[in-house]
Amino acid sequence: MLHATANRLDAESVQTFDLAARGLRALNETLHALKGQPTNQTVWEIVNTKGAHAIAVGLDAPLDVTVRGTTGYYCGGMNKQATIRIDGSAGPGVAENMMSGTVIVEGDASQYAGATGRGGLLVIKGNASSRCGISMKGIDIVVHGSIGHMSAFMAQSGNLVVLGDAGDSLGDSLYEARLFVRGSVKSLGADCVEKEMRPEHHALLEDLLRRGLAEGKADPSQFRRYGSARRLYTFHVDNASSY
Amino acid sequence: MCGIVGLFLKDARLEPHLGEMLADMLITMTDRGPDSAGIAIYGRGQAGRGKLTVQSADPEADFAGLDRDLRAEVGGHVGLEVKDTHAVIEVEADRLAAAREAVRALRPGLKVMSAGEGIEIYKEVGLPRDVAARFEIARMAGTHGIGHTRMATESAVTTAGAHPFSTGADQCLVHNGSLSNHNAVRRGLRRAGMRFETENDTEVAAAYLSHRMEEGAGLGEAMEGTLRDLDGFFTFVVGTRNGFGVVRDPIACKPAVMAETDQYVAFGSEYRAMVGLPGIEAARVWEPEPATVYFWER
Repeated sequence: MLHATANRLDAESVQTFDLAARGLRALNETLHALKGQPTNQTVWEIVNTKGAHAIAVGLDAPLDVTVRGTTGYYCGGMNKQATIRIDGSAGPGVAENMMSGTVIVEGDASQYAGATGRGGLLVIKGNASSRCGISMKGIDIVVHGSIGHMSAFMAQSGNLVVLGDAGDSLGDSLYEARLFVRGSVKSLGADCVEKEMRPEHHALLEDLLRRGLAEGKADPSQFRRYGSARRLYTFHVDNASSY
Repeated sequence: MCGIVGLFLKDARLEPHLGEMLADMLITMTDRGPDSAGIAIYGRGQAGRGKLTVQSADPEADFAGLDRDLRAEVGGHVGLEVKDTHAVIEVEADRLAAAREAVRALRPGLKVMSAGEGIEIYKEVGLPRDVAARFEIARMAGTHGIGHTRMATESAVTTAGAHPFSTGADQCLVHNGSLSNHNAVRRGLRRAGMRFETENDTEVAAAYLSHRMEEGAGLGEAMEGTLRDLDGFFTFVVGTRNGFGVVRDPIACKPAVMAETDQYVAFGSEYRAMVGLPGIEAARVWEPEPATVYFWER
């Protein structure tokens, strides 16, 4: 479905929304109104974004939204169900607190991409800045480039995959999120340690790379896995299945 | 929050439009800080001439006859151009320091915003749009400039507390963030002979750089020192007569985006500040790394 996005935009059914002409509130109200409605208007293209904040935030419908240009704060925040593709770079907090669905950034992402995300998939084809996946709670994040310092700080669950390098203090005060990094890690944060890559991790990573549009770009065997040493918080093995 | 913009031109053909571009960038950043706004513009200047930009709470009384009074004190040709609450005083370059002292004695109510060969600083309480209009920033030409819109945290909302701060000839600094050791650093700088106009944390950062450069450090070296000696949150953008620098603290939570083309280097707290710049679609756009000094000099 993701690969088909570009082709589908050629179809007559594409709804084009000029953000500069009609404004942010009209955009988000229009997209919110499609929740639970039987509609043909599922493919959207947003133009003239000019770095605006809060584009396509709080969607809750299986829409296919392409944002042409660079976005400001919180694009795709709180997303449910929708596939949002940013054909440019994303400002701070892209896909913040995403619940489900997919957000794809063709360029780079600024600070705290995917912060506190509960579910869904965030794909960043360029680099992500500092605090990528901070406090993530179930989201999967695949970064084709590198990530900045303090990424996955207090990350609770979900998977962070980095094809490039990680900055300082990766996974500081980590809970049960899984971190996979192919390149170098500048330093590990408190209570974050390298862990063994077992067969189930290879399988998981293979699936994440495929879903993260990085199939063929990297091989699971090239990655190292990092996780919590579980010395900073009270880990109960009885709860292991809930992460 | 606070919003910062900066523009360092490489292509002289853009120089007539510097004020216009910078004002537009700053107005876009209005919702990052509505308390006060300020702009530093570096013009080409005239050989042998120096400029003081001064500000008054009572411009009519303070600026009346100021050029005449100054001529009597320091001699030479003295020019005076009044712009709303500010005025630009032009004197012979070698009499700039004397003129500054004379202004202090002649009009104790005046505040010196900047001094140098190229720099002019305009700042006031209010929205960027209004501040830019009052001083006709859009009509100003120049080689580089820095703008700031303030959301005050560390000191009062006053004209003197607005950015940019200038603490040395042709130097200025703007800041997004807050410093936690500014009182201690200020005490040290005072002992070293630096003079302060406010209790503002950012003025300390500006004076720190001025002091280091006075001691002989280059712009880059002086900026490196901020990472060692200043504690707190900061994204600084710094201007000198021929230079432009950017540095962020190691935590780097204050946003910063830069763009570079063959024509300019631009800085914005957000990308949207730069969307109106020529050729931005093809610019190299990046976020400055934490604890890393970037600077350009011509």
